Amino acid sequence: MLRQAQQPVVAAQRPVVAAQRPAAAAQRPAGAAQRPAVAAQRPAVAERAWAVAASVLDPEVPVLTIEDLGVLRDVAVDGDRVTVTITPTYSGCPAMDAIRDDVVLALTAAGFADVEVRLVLAPAWTTDWMTDAGKHKLVEYGIAPPSGRAAVDGPIRLQLSVRCPRCGSLDTREIARFGSTSCKALYECRACLEPFDHFKVH
Amino acid sequence: MTASDLPGSGRGASVGARVVRPDGAHAPRTPRDDRRGPGDPQDRHGDVTVDEVALSAELAGGEGRAESADVAEYALWLGDDALILSQQLGAWIARAPELEEDVALGNIALDLLGHARSFLRYAGTYDGRSEDDLAYWRDEPGFRCAWLFQQPNGDFAQTIARQLTASTYLFELYTALQGSSDETLAAIAAKAVKEVEYHRDHAVQWTLRLAGGTDESRRRMVRAVGDVWPYVGELFRDEPLTDRLDGVAVRPSSLQPRFDAVIAAVFAEAAIELPAGPMSSAGGRHGSHFPALGYLLAEMQVLARQHPGVTW
Repeated sequence: MLRQAQQPVVAAQRPVVAAQRPAAAAQRPAGAAQRPAVAAQRPAVAERAWAVAASVLDPEVPVLTIEDLGVLRDVAVDGDRVTVTITPTYSGCPAMDAIRDDVVLALTAAGFADVEVRLVLAPAWTTDWMTDAGKHKLVEYGIAPPSGRAAVDGPIRLQLSVRCPRCGSLDTREIARFGSTSCKALYECRACLEPFDHFKVH
Repeated sequence: MTASDLPGSGRGASVGARVVRPDGAHAPRTPRDDRRGPGDPQDRHGDVTVDEVALSAELAGGEGRAESADVAEYALWLGDDALILSQQLGAWIARAPELEEDVALGNIALDLLGHARSFLRYAGTYDGRSEDDLAYWRDEPGFRCAWLFQQPNGDFAQTIARQLTASTYLFELYTALQGSSDETLAAIAAKAVKEVEYHRDHAVQWTLRLAGGTDESRRRMVRAVGDVWPYVGELFRDEPLTDRLDGVAVRPSSLQPRFDAVIAAVFAEAAIELPAGPMSSAGGRHGSHFPALGYLLAEMQVLARQHPGVTW
């Protein structure tokens, strides 16, 4: 039986534990391109737990780890108990259950017997948390990564060109605003004529 | 623990816990899939068991209990709006004008279902009801959704007109609700606002396209705007509840100027005239509903009620 958190918490309400990053998630300025950084003072065991949790792959974009995606927010070790905090990409993201199970499996396989996975909504996930390594992996996989930040303003959007991950051309067009998953839109390249997914700026 | 141990026995079927992914058939194969052996029950389709489902907590947004009956009631309003609109849009899957729209409306419905689950779960914390209790075991008079969300899908233009007004309203609502003194409501809103902004964009694009398309598409778009417009008024009507929840809830009337400005900009570009005429006396917040809601609820609730505790 997998242990799962029945009661998720808002990040801001969490008590700060020594093993956590110094900057609590909620204190990050909104919109800043930041992601969890491993704190220098993190104990070795927490470091190892982070590394294990960070190796879990996103089930829908399996070249990215949950760390690359910015879904992994925190790993805290208190005695025998590991508490992993993750955040959903989109509100209805159906991958979260799979990610949660995979985190538990990965940590128990690594010898951590008591694993709790918490899911938080705040602060809201943004593609700004995606790592540069993650963006490179996406390009190699054939998905155009998010670039820049979407301005939430005005009903008529300014659309920036998306670079084709195959030939590098900027002469691309959106075929559909919604793609194979919540986080992607469908594009085609007018230079090499290939269709491709674009990981939307969010 | 089995379903029979639960209070209100068997009310365990999960809202959205097994949402069909719009991309399910095409999802890339992952190492996770590879770990499953042939005997893994998750590999089989069609198994129906009756047991407790551990509801996903992913969308809850907070461990806190709604601090008063008023806060719970307000969360119920917002949750019902999102739930009913989500259920409506789901009916388009496989019936939209093109495959991309099946995917688009399915994705929008999925986001809305996420918002509904967060709000309804929070609403239920006050009196110990689960999101499933609220979604499946309330009858029509127990729902609190506004009439705009209850308007039938109609033709595609009517769905777009409903999406345009609904998502423009929801964007302004969630923008403001991020500043709520209630941390859970603020967290759900901060998450949802980015998603409804994309929904609004989708509706704006289609409004422009249909209004500027053929004579027939324009005729239908203009008619559809006229058909949904009487139900916009209810969204901005202040209620005693929102007055009492000053600082927690968003005052509905405060959203109207921004809503009007956005709609005016879109209608100007689409060359659509703002409909005149009286607003409906719609009473969704008090449990008086548009005739279509009962049929929609019957379809949404039948499985959970016929087979209490069912999972699949």
